[in-house]
Amino acid sequence: MSDPRFELTASPHLKGGATTRRIMWSVTGSLVPIVAAAAYFFGLSALLVIAAATAGAVLTERVFGTPGSLGDGSAAITGVLLGLCLPAGMPMWMAFLGGAFGIGFGKLIFGGLGQNVFNPALLGRAFLQAAFPTAITTWPAAGGSFTQLRGDNFALPLMRASSDAVTEATPLGLMKFEATSTPVGDLFMGSTAGSVGETAALLILLGGAYLAIKRYLDWRIPVAIFVTVAALSGILTAIDSTYPGPLFMLFSGGLMLGAVYMATDPVTSPVTRRGAWIFGVGVGALVVVIRVWGGLPEGVMYAILLMNAMVPFINQATQPRVFGRSGDGMVTA
Amino acid sequence: MILRSGFRHGVHPADSKHLTENVPIRRMGFPTEVVLPLRQHAGKPARVLVARGDKVERGDKIAAADGFISAPVHASATGTVAGVELWPHPDGSMAEVVRVTVERYSPQIPRPRLVPRWEGLSPEEVVKAVQEAGVVGLGGAAFPTHVKLSPPPDADVELLIVNGAECEPYLTTDHRTMAEYPERVHFGTRVMMQCLGVDRAVIGVEKNKPDAIDVLTATIPDDLDITILPLTVKYPQGAEKMLIKAITGREVPSGKLPMHVGVIVQNAGSIATIAEVFETGLPLVERIVTVTGPGVKRPSNLVVPVGSKLRDVLDFCGGLTDDVTEVLFGGPMMGAPQTDLDVPIIKGTTGVVVLTRAETERHPVYPCIHCGRCLDACPVFLNPQLLGSLAQVGRYEEMEASHLADCMVCGACSYVCPSNIPLSQMFSLGKAALQKMATKVA
Repeated sequence: MSDPRFELTASPHLKGGATTRRIMWSVTGSLVPIVAAAAYFFGLSALLVIAAATAGAVLTERVFGTPGSLGDGSAAITGVLLGLCLPAGMPMWMAFLGGAFGIGFGKLIFGGLGQNVFNPALLGRAFLQAAFPTAITTWPAAGGSFTQLRGDNFALPLMRASSDAVTEATPLGLMKFEATSTPVGDLFMGSTAGSVGETAALLILLGGAYLAIKRYLDWRIPVAIFVTVAALSGILTAIDSTYPGPLFMLFSGGLMLGAVYMATDPVTSPVTRRGAWIFGVGVGALVVVIRVWGGLPEGVMYAILLMNAMVPFINQATQPRVFGRSGDGMVTA
Repeated sequence: MILRSGFRHGVHPADSKHLTENVPIRRMGFPTEVVLPLRQHAGKPARVLVARGDKVERGDKIAAADGFISAPVHASATGTVAGVELWPHPDGSMAEVVRVTVERYSPQIPRPRLVPRWEGLSPEEVVKAVQEAGVVGLGGAAFPTHVKLSPPPDADVELLIVNGAECEPYLTTDHRTMAEYPERVHFGTRVMMQCLGVDRAVIGVEKNKPDAIDVLTATIPDDLDITILPLTVKYPQGAEKMLIKAITGREVPSGKLPMHVGVIVQNAGSIATIAEVFETGLPLVERIVTVTGPGVKRPSNLVVPVGSKLRDVLDFCGGLTDDVTEVLFGGPMMGAPQTDLDVPIIKGTTGVVVLTRAETERHPVYPCIHCGRCLDACPVFLNPQLLGSLAQVGRYEEMEASHLADCMVCGACSYVCPSNIPLSQMFSLGKAALQKMATKVA
């Protein structure tokens, strides 16, 4: 009898921990309650917008991506996240286009998963912001029946959208342009105007806590963002009480969704742990600067995109000190 | 001086030691043939002293040390030299061996006292006796022990660390040695302490071997300052530099030896072997090997004649199950896969681990997502993510500048990579490529 045949592989011969696929699908799974909340507050329209953005992202990945790359789940995350940061009344074709742009120009053009510089969902949103400034700032009020559409979701491309949905300004818009504050309790629970998925701070925090405990996201980034935003806005209110306070800053707009789900995208955030702190502080500071002094009521998207661009430099500046060497790489005496 | 500071980073694979941790050491019978490579140690291969047809007895020197950093090889069984030839070596190459046909019905009684008694020997005589007995480190690297026993005169060694971490999953060789032969561990420690002139020794044992910790603690000789130090279970604690860091808090500078920080480290099994050769008078002709893993029918801890073929050892353990995929020499984190059942067990073989499809399932490779897990795992604080991306495009000089030389290929980065990127394999290849370039230039 001949000997059995053995496999010849390089060490290590054991494998532990999570897989990229599991991480990606866990992130997607943790978004389900947030999507449900979006449907609760903004009805069917929210689901239509999220579905359209996801379809745009997934189809683009399917058509132009590496064969099989849909399975890693990253395109689906991009689509759902983009959908969550759009207003419920947005026409579906725009959301679809945003998803397609995010994947196509935000990710695939760089070489696919792991190669992109900017968060694809946010790049998709930035594109929509530039292309359709009115549609993306028309905010339906939260509440109302499930089936009532919050805008002309089924508008055809390039046609004038018609809608009689009730719209109102977002808490940040109210703050910026009318100097009116919104109760923090409403912000926490999500019953305010805004993008479909950014309003329920509580659910976003729960999803983030789950992912952080599973070590699927780096907790340092959201913590650094929260602390920075709270500290800077605290200082500003102390100087001049007309500036919004820390709680309002933390729980309004896209900060929660951005800090927990967008800034923590491993591909577009620093690879070192020290770098994660710097990145988070940078995002937090930019958010406050844009919100308080910028022309826009909200600054989370641009804050994260700007810091995305800084990531290579942050990585370079925070390389670990090698064992038995000093910080500059020399052998210790 | 003893800080118990632990070491940072590292990984926690399941230790899987339950298969053999309570199985007492047994002796394997003599096989019909032993194959003794001339290269079983770090340094120059030994010079062969015998020729085909020569009769040898158990313990006879059949190859002499070639220089100081070298070790002799002894016949592990009485018999006839069947040939001096090339044979499959556990490192995957073909290497020169002495093949000995073992005499049937021989009682295998060794010649009386080939190694002198330790009592009354000067340190120089101890070093010589240890070299002549062919003693090398049994933890895997097989560094000649006598070299460790003779530090340069300007070295200021003050602490001996006995490495009983045995952090590789599955292996229980050192565990069983410490639990069953604590006196040998202490005697070997005494020999080394006297030789090195150090007053203090620490035996570091991971906490997953409580019986060994208890037995060693209970048997510390009254006149020796030996501390048994339980260590948290973490891979790769058994790596010399990690162990020194964990016990003393000192970092061995890159590229330097432990004696640079006043420490000598010796593996527990090797220390017991020093004691054994002085006790029995017989050179290193056998070693303790854990034969384990889900793919072997009767997992065992065995005393095996050096040079026994893998085939004979596996047969003695009841053979293999049907779903075996990999047979490793050493543990699953750093062990070397074997493809030929005729390879011999050599002095540096810590164990034979047989894995099945369930443990070695192939996972698809995804692109790097920059999650940073490899940076959190690397015990020497390299950036495997950066090194990996450089390796992928063959930028070896830049890998060198990013301190590839400090990588000890422990595999922690590959183990944790969620995208299943074979990082440590890429680093081995990078090291080989750089070495090739260096020799070309020279």
